[in-house]
Amino acid sequence: MPRMTMIEAIRDAMHVTMAQDPNVVVFGEDVGYFGGVFRCTQGLQQKFGRSRCFDAPINESGIIGAAVGMAAYGLRPCVEIQFADYVYPGYDQIVSEAARLRYRSNGDFTAPLTIRMPTGGGIHGGQTHSQSPEALFTHVSGLKTVVPSNPYDAKGLLIASIEDDDPVIFLEPKRLYNGPFDGHHDRPVTPWAKHPLGDVPEGHYTVPLGKAVVRRPGKAVTVLAYGTMVHVAEAAAEETGIDAEVIDLRTLLPLDLDTITTSVTKTGRCVVVHEATLTSGFGAELCALVQEHCFYSLEKPIARVAGWDTPYPHAQEWDYFPGPKRIGEALINAMEG
Amino acid sequence: MSDSIPLSLQVPEPEVRPGGKPDFSGVNIPRAGTVRRPDVDASPADFRDLGYTIIRVLNRDGEAVGPWAGALNDEQALQGLRDMMKVRAFDARMLMAQRQGKTSFYMQCLGEEAISCAFQHALSPGDMNFPTYRQQGLLVAGGYPLVDMMCQIFSNERDPLHGRQLPVMYSSKDHGFFSISGNLGTQYIQAVGWAMASAIKGDTRIAAGWIGDGSTAESDFHAALVFASTYKAPVVLNIVNNQWAISTFQGIARGGSGTFAARGHGFGIPSLRVDGNDYLAVYAVAQWAIERARRNLGPTVVEYVTYRVAAHSTSDDPSAYRPKEESDAWPLGDPIERLKNYLIGKGVWSDDRHAQFAAEVEAEVLAAQKDAEKHGTLHSGGKPSVRDMFEGVYKDMPPHLRRQRQQAGV
Repeated sequence: MPRMTMIEAIRDAMHVTMAQDPNVVVFGEDVGYFGGVFRCTQGLQQKFGRSRCFDAPINESGIIGAAVGMAAYGLRPCVEIQFADYVYPGYDQIVSEAARLRYRSNGDFTAPLTIRMPTGGGIHGGQTHSQSPEALFTHVSGLKTVVPSNPYDAKGLLIASIEDDDPVIFLEPKRLYNGPFDGHHDRPVTPWAKHPLGDVPEGHYTVPLGKAVVRRPGKAVTVLAYGTMVHVAEAAAEETGIDAEVIDLRTLLPLDLDTITTSVTKTGRCVVVHEATLTSGFGAELCALVQEHCFYSLEKPIARVAGWDTPYPHAQEWDYFPGPKRIGEALINAMEG
Repeated sequence: MSDSIPLSLQVPEPEVRPGGKPDFSGVNIPRAGTVRRPDVDASPADFRDLGYTIIRVLNRDGEAVGPWAGALNDEQALQGLRDMMKVRAFDARMLMAQRQGKTSFYMQCLGEEAISCAFQHALSPGDMNFPTYRQQGLLVAGGYPLVDMMCQIFSNERDPLHGRQLPVMYSSKDHGFFSISGNLGTQYIQAVGWAMASAIKGDTRIAAGWIGDGSTAESDFHAALVFASTYKAPVVLNIVNNQWAISTFQGIARGGSGTFAARGHGFGIPSLRVDGNDYLAVYAVAQWAIERARRNLGPTVVEYVTYRVAAHSTSDDPSAYRPKEESDAWPLGDPIERLKNYLIGKGVWSDDRHAQFAAEVEAEVLAAQKDAEKHGTLHSGGKPSVRDMFEGVYKDMPPHLRRQRQQAGV
């Protein structure tokens, strides 16, 4: 089985869908000839031609608005927003248009498009290249929001997203593009080639939207995580020696509540982690659901470990980033009493 | 810097406010028939002047004159008159229905009927409009059933949109009418995307975007022009300049630009300005722009110069911000009267036939209303099901919505 980085897996997903379906088109800033600033679309223009993969003007509402029109026509656009931090000019097109088109027209028109965006921190990107805006999308009726944590899932989830008949926000944790990252920024980077989930099958396969996976089985405490934080949480469990069960949510909406409640009912303890800022983050929704569905199983209050409620800083990145130390402390605390 | 004078903010104001005497002397209106008609494949740089003038066909004597005349035969022009009269009668009935509490909201297009009615007839089956809320004429001229429009307005049990959308935000793919968002300007760029898709697929269909003078200030207007210009999308970008964006006069959106049409020039998009109250001119210009798109020559910006005679919506009272007499003073007249006079002059119409048709169309609208009301109005009779409120958010209902539907007990 080929070994792929997350970049190669994402590229392969687009390659597979474009080859299978002439209605799949790819465009965005720098994605054409150059192949994207992270190289995710490299070679697609050469292979499929300029009308299937092309550069767009620097205008996010234009990129997403045009994609809505194309999707309404019958295409399946898969557009790239260069950084999730740049999506805000296109937010109206996502919230008021793509997300509601099926509903408001009673199915007369639909918007089957995928919006890919590199998300999260860990690359010294400062406040304009590090944000994690997933909660701004999970709050919107009509959208699906996906965050892969490894090459295998990234390819299977992206193919499933492109083939989905509803608009999908596909957030790619950019710190994971070239290797798993456990939060120890001072250690050498591990490549995906050395990780089992860097094994990516050739050709078409999907990872279904709305299905979480237990990444690390355990009995003591449930950790709910997605994206980069899956790896950081696994490291925290190893380093504290706490038998944590780490759940990789993979899709935030629709959410796989069954996998969550099964685990928390078993462990009786729950720690929710994400890179995004704490207040009104997706973790708040997770906490509410866990207490609603698992209240009588809980031994301790649910804990949250998240980015501080500040803009994402540059020099203080590793004080901001919820690393294995902070998660480890939360695990230890969750086990007390 | 001690000799600097203090800066001051300059905020444009319309010529006249309530109590003042309407004055349109600043609107430069050329005589009908005097504006040239370039070939559709002419270089845009060679007819930039057409973005600053007004293309007109019908003169004061009701004659069709000049190089843009002759696009329609008598039967087509008669159809245009009937369409416009139907739209006007429909608007009047629905305005009354709103006043009677049968719906929450209504928007007329009084005085602007020629624009959408004529444009629709210049399109071909398969083309797609991305309309604003003031292009009901596209549906009426396209033969969409009045009763279906009314059921949507009443949000009743037969509402094609199942009560999910505000009144007048119709959707009909079969009639080339994209679902109206209600947000302003967002659909202009979608029209460009739709047109790009047609070009990507190698099809022959073209798109038409619609926007009002006020909404040209939205970022999406500029996004649309950039994308249309870059990819030479087969799209007609229509700007309906009816002088008023609720209470805000067109000068606030236009700023220092000479005309709205001239905005296209900066993008290298050919731009025409046309008398929006002249059915024959609107049709001729629409046909020209649509042919350009169809021949893969790229986008065209068309500004329709018109006047919003009625209030913005049933929630608006224009007497608070503009003189009541202003619409009577509007120098381009009334589109129905002008086409009527033309047809009478041609000997194919008469005052009697006009009165007779007005009565017929009134009866048709009334009958449609009776039919629609059998299925309910906003506050009485048949309603869309509450259970249906949870449908159609996604293609397949996800678990959290199923739980919420259960909670709602429906």
